[in-house]
Amino acid sequence: MSELRVVGTSVPRTDAVAKVTGAAVYTVDVTMPDMLHARVLRSDRAHARIDDIDTSAALALPGVVAVVVGSDLSSLFPRFGHIVPDHAILAIDKVRYYGEPVALIVATDLMVAADALSLVDVRYTELPAVLDTDAALADDSALVHETGYSGVSATPVVVSEYSHRNVAHEVERGWGDPDGAFAEAHLVVETRTHHPMLYAYAMEPYNAVARFTDGALEVVSTAQHPFMVARDLARVFSLPLSQVRVTAPYVGGGYGSKSYTKVEPLTAVGAWATGRAVKLVLDVEESIYTTRADSADVVVRTGFAADGTILVRDFELVLDTGAYADNSPLVLDKAVNRCFGPYRIPNLRVRGKAVYTNTSPASSYRGFGAFQGNLAGETNIDQGAERLGIDAAELRRRNLLLRGERLMPGLRGMDADLVADLDLLVDELDAGPAPAGRLRGVGFGCAATDAGAVPSSTALVKMQSDGSIVVLTGSTELGQGSRTVLAQIAAEELGLDMAAVRVLQSDTATTPFERTTGASRTTTLTGLAVQRACADVLARLRTAAAEVWECPVDDVAVRDHSIVAGGRSMSYGETVRAWFGPGGGEVVGQGVVRRAGVLAELPPFWEIGMVGVALDIDPETGQIDVHQLVTVADVGRAINPVLVEGQDLGAATQGLGGALTEQLVYDGSQIVNANMVEYRIPRITDRPRTFTSIVAERGDGIGPHGAKGVGEGARNPLPGAVAAAVARALGVWPDSLPLNPEHVWRLARKGISQRSGT
Amino acid sequence: MPELDVSTTVNGRPVEMRLPTRLTLADFVRDRLGLTGTKVSCGMQVCGACTVLVDGDPVSACSYLACDVDGREVLTVEGLADGGELTPVQRAFVDCSALQCGFCTPGFVMAATALLRDEPHPTEEQIAHHLDGNLCRCTGYLPIVEAVLKASRAGGIDE
Ligand code: FES
Ligand code: FES
Repeated sequence: MSELRVVGTSVPRTDAVAKVTGAAVYTVDVTMPDMLHARVLRSDRAHARIDDIDTSAALALPGVVAVVVGSDLSSLFPRFGHIVPDHAILAIDKVRYYGEPVALIVATDLMVAADALSLVDVRYTELPAVLDTDAALADDSALVHETGYSGVSATPVVVSEYSHRNVAHEVERGWGDPDGAFAEAHLVVETRTHHPMLYAYAMEPYNAVARFTDGALEVVSTAQHPFMVARDLARVFSLPLSQVRVTAPYVGGGYGSKSYTKVEPLTAVGAWATGRAVKLVLDVEESIYTTRADSADVVVRTGFAADGTILVRDFELVLDTGAYADNSPLVLDKAVNRCFGPYRIPNLRVRGKAVYTNTSPASSYRGFGAFQGNLAGETNIDQGAERLGIDAAELRRRNLLLRGERLMPGLRGMDADLVADLDLLVDELDAGPAPAGRLRGVGFGCAATDAGAVPSSTALVKMQSDGSIVVLTGSTELGQGSRTVLAQIAAEELGLDMAAVRVLQSDTATTPFERTTGASRTTTLTGLAVQRACADVLARLRTAAAEVWECPVDDVAVRDHSIVAGGRSMSYGETVRAWFGPGGGEVVGQGVVRRAGVLAELPPFWEIGMVGVALDIDPETGQIDVHQLVTVADVGRAINPVLVEGQDLGAATQGLGGALTEQLVYDGSQIVNANMVEYRIPRITDRPRTFTSIVAERGDGIGPHGAKGVGEGARNPLPGAVAAAVARALGVWPDSLPLNPEHVWRLARKGISQRSGT
Repeated sequence: MPELDVSTTVNGRPVEMRLPTRLTLADFVRDRLGLTGTKVSCGMQVCGACTVLVDGDPVSACSYLACDVDGREVLTVEGLADGGELTPVQRAFVDCSALQCGFCTPGFVMAATALLRDEPHPTEEQIAHHLDGNLCRCTGYLPIVEAVLKASRAGGIDE
C-alpha cells in the first residue's frame, strides 16, 4: 500500500476551520425571508382523550399568526413513521404520552409564540395509562393504539399480528435444538439485566425551517437521513418526491438520534398553515421527550460444556418503545441479532418484544439494539467464566468466531480476526495495583454487529475544466468526518491535492440518493460509491480524449493521473477543455452501490467492538475513576487514523456515560430528569486517565482500500465491560445500570456482607 | 414588552440598540447581530456552548440578559480570528482534531481563550477544572485537553 498518498494519512478535517471560527452553519443558524417562529404546546398527561381545544385567546394575541391542532390536518396524511406510520404530527383525538405535541403556535416573534402557549385551553378526559412494559402487557391493559396503521391510507386500519395489542413488534429467531442442548450442558448460567432509557444528547437540539415555494416544500433540518425525511413529508402533503427538498447543513451531533423524521412534519405544517417560512427549535427538555433510547429487560441462559464451549444460548428481550414506533421495530430486530455475541453457538433461541407504553417515543441511539443486549450477553459470559474457573479472555477465545465462520445462517461470514483483536486488547489492560484506598477492577467485552445498513448509495464526481472536482453525496456530515474522508478517497483516486476536492452533502434536490447516514456505513459504502464515480469520470475522460484525438478509445489509457495515447498526453482538465472547447464544460461521473456484486451478501461488513477498562473504585463512596480505556478499532484500513481514534474515543465515552451516570427516570407520567443538570453525561473531569487506541488494519473490509466502518463499535460492549470491572473489584455482579456512586456503594456493602456472612 | 436602550461593544464594534429586557445575550448576538457562531444547547448554564467573554470573563450567554452588557465589551468567537488569521487556541483545536460536530467548539474556544489569558501555562488539571462547565458529546475530551496544552505552548492568545 506504499503507493497511497492521501489515504492512510491524518489530513486535517476540512470542516475544522469553519467550526473553530463560528462560520460553520447549522440548521439553528438558518433563517429564511419573512420567517415566522413556532412553539409547541405539549400534553401534560400520559394518556387522555382530547375533548376540546380552545385556541381563540391565543389567536387574539398580537403577533400570533396561526394555532394549528390535530383536527386541522384532516386534508393531509396526518402521521409519519418509516416503519409504522403511527406517529401523529399533532395529537388526534387522544394524547399517548406526557410531552406529546398538541398544538403548534406560529407567531412573528419567538417570545410571542412562547407567551401564547399558556393561552391555549385544552380539555382532556384522563384515560388509564400503561407506564411500563409489565403494565402494557397485562391481560386487560389499556391500549396505546386501538388500531394498526397502513402506509397508504390516511385512516387507521385494524391490524394486529402480535401476541398482545400493545406489542409494536415481535421477533423469534434461532436454530438447533436449544432444549436438548440445555439438558446436556455441564453448566447453565442465567443472567438478568435491566438497561435504562437513555438520551443521546446531540448538542444541537431538534430543529427545522420549512417553506413552500412554487408548490414545492423546502425543509432545512438537523437530520441524519434527509432522503428518508423527504419520503415522510411527501406522503404528508401528497407531493411527488421531486417536489420535496430536504437539506441538512452541518449537524450538531446525531449519534442515531437524528435518524428518521422528527420535527420536520410539524415545522412544515406551520408553513402550510401560514403560507410563510416557519422555524421550530426545540429546547433540551422537548428534545428529550422527542426521542430516547429503548430500555431493555433481558433474561439470558447459556449452557456450557465443562471446557467452556458454548452449547446453547437462550435470550428473552422486552424493549420499552414508548408511545410511537419510530425506529424501535428495527432496534428490536438488531437487539435480537446482536445480543448473543460473535460466538459459535450451535443452538440458539432469541425471543423479543418491542412494547408500546404511554411514555416518550424510543428510537435509534448509536449501536442501537447492540448495547442493550450486549450488557446481558457479555455479563453472562463473564459469569460463566467465573463459575467454570476459566479465565474470561480464554473462555472467549475458545468460542469466538473464526474468520469466514457465519454468525447467522445466510449472513456474510466473519470478516475480522476476533481472537487477534481480543489478544491485542487484553495485553494492554493494566490490572493494578490500585492507588491506596481504591480497588482496581478490569473488564472487557466483545461485540460484532451487522453494520452498514441497506446498501444504496449514489455519488457524483464533477470534473471541472481546471482539473478540480466537486463530489456530491447525500451522506450527512454529523461530525464523524465524512466530508474529509470522502475527499481523501476521491483525491487518492484522481491524484489530486485535498485543496482541489470539494465535497457537498445532503440536499435531496441536488445530491444523489443515500439511504441513511448511520450504521457506520459512510466510509465503506459511500466511499465505494465515490471511488466508482471517480472511475466513471476517468472512463468518460478516455472517451472524450479518443474523440479529440480521433483514435480508438482502447488506445487511450490513464497513466500517472493523465490521459495518454501513443505519445500524446493531456491532464484531466485539459481533456475537459479540449472536448468541450472554449465554452467550458465539466465531465460528470456516477458511482452506484446497491445490493449486488460484492455487496449482495448482508451485512456489508461486521462492525467489531473490542473494549476494555481498568477502573479505580472507592468502596467507601462508590466513586469510580476510569484509570484506563482501551479500544481496538478493527477497521480493515484507516483512511484517516486520527478520525478513527476520534470515533472510538467518542463512542467509548458515550458508553462510559451510559455505564456510569446516564438514565432517564420516569416517576409516574413524567421524566423527572429531563434536563442536562440531572441527566448527567461525562464531563471533562470524568475523562479516562489513559486511553489506548489500537487500530488493527488487516485490509479485510469491503470498502475502499480494504476499509470497513467505525463509529458504533466501541459503544456497544462498554457497559458490559464496566459492569464486569465493578463485579471483579467488589465481588458482586450488578444487574442494572448506571453504576453511579450510590449504586456502586450499595454493591460494595453487599459484597462485604456476603463475604463476612459466609 | 419592556425595553431598554443598550450601548455596548461587540467584537470591537460599537452597538446601540433598544432591546427587550427579557432578551438573552445569546439571542442578542445570534438573532439581532447575526453572530451565529455562539451556540445554545442546554439553555440552563450547564453545557457552555454559549460561552462568550464579557469584559474578558467567560459567561453563559443563554442565561445572561442582553441589557446587562450595557457599557461592557462582548467578545464572541467571530471576534477572535482577526482578518482570517486563527488564534493559537483555534489553530490548536484544528491541529489536534479537538472537534467533531463542532457545536460545542465555539464555547470551548472562548473558555480556553479566557483560561490562557489568566493562566498562560496551565496544568492538565487546571485545564480540566476550568473547562468543566463545557460539555462535548462527540470527542471524549482528550483531544481538547491536548489542544489547550498545545495552544499554551504556542503562546496562548494573540494580543
Ligand atoms: S446553552 Fe448556555 S450553558 Fe448551555
Ligand atoms: S464536537 Fe460535537 S459536541 Fe463537541
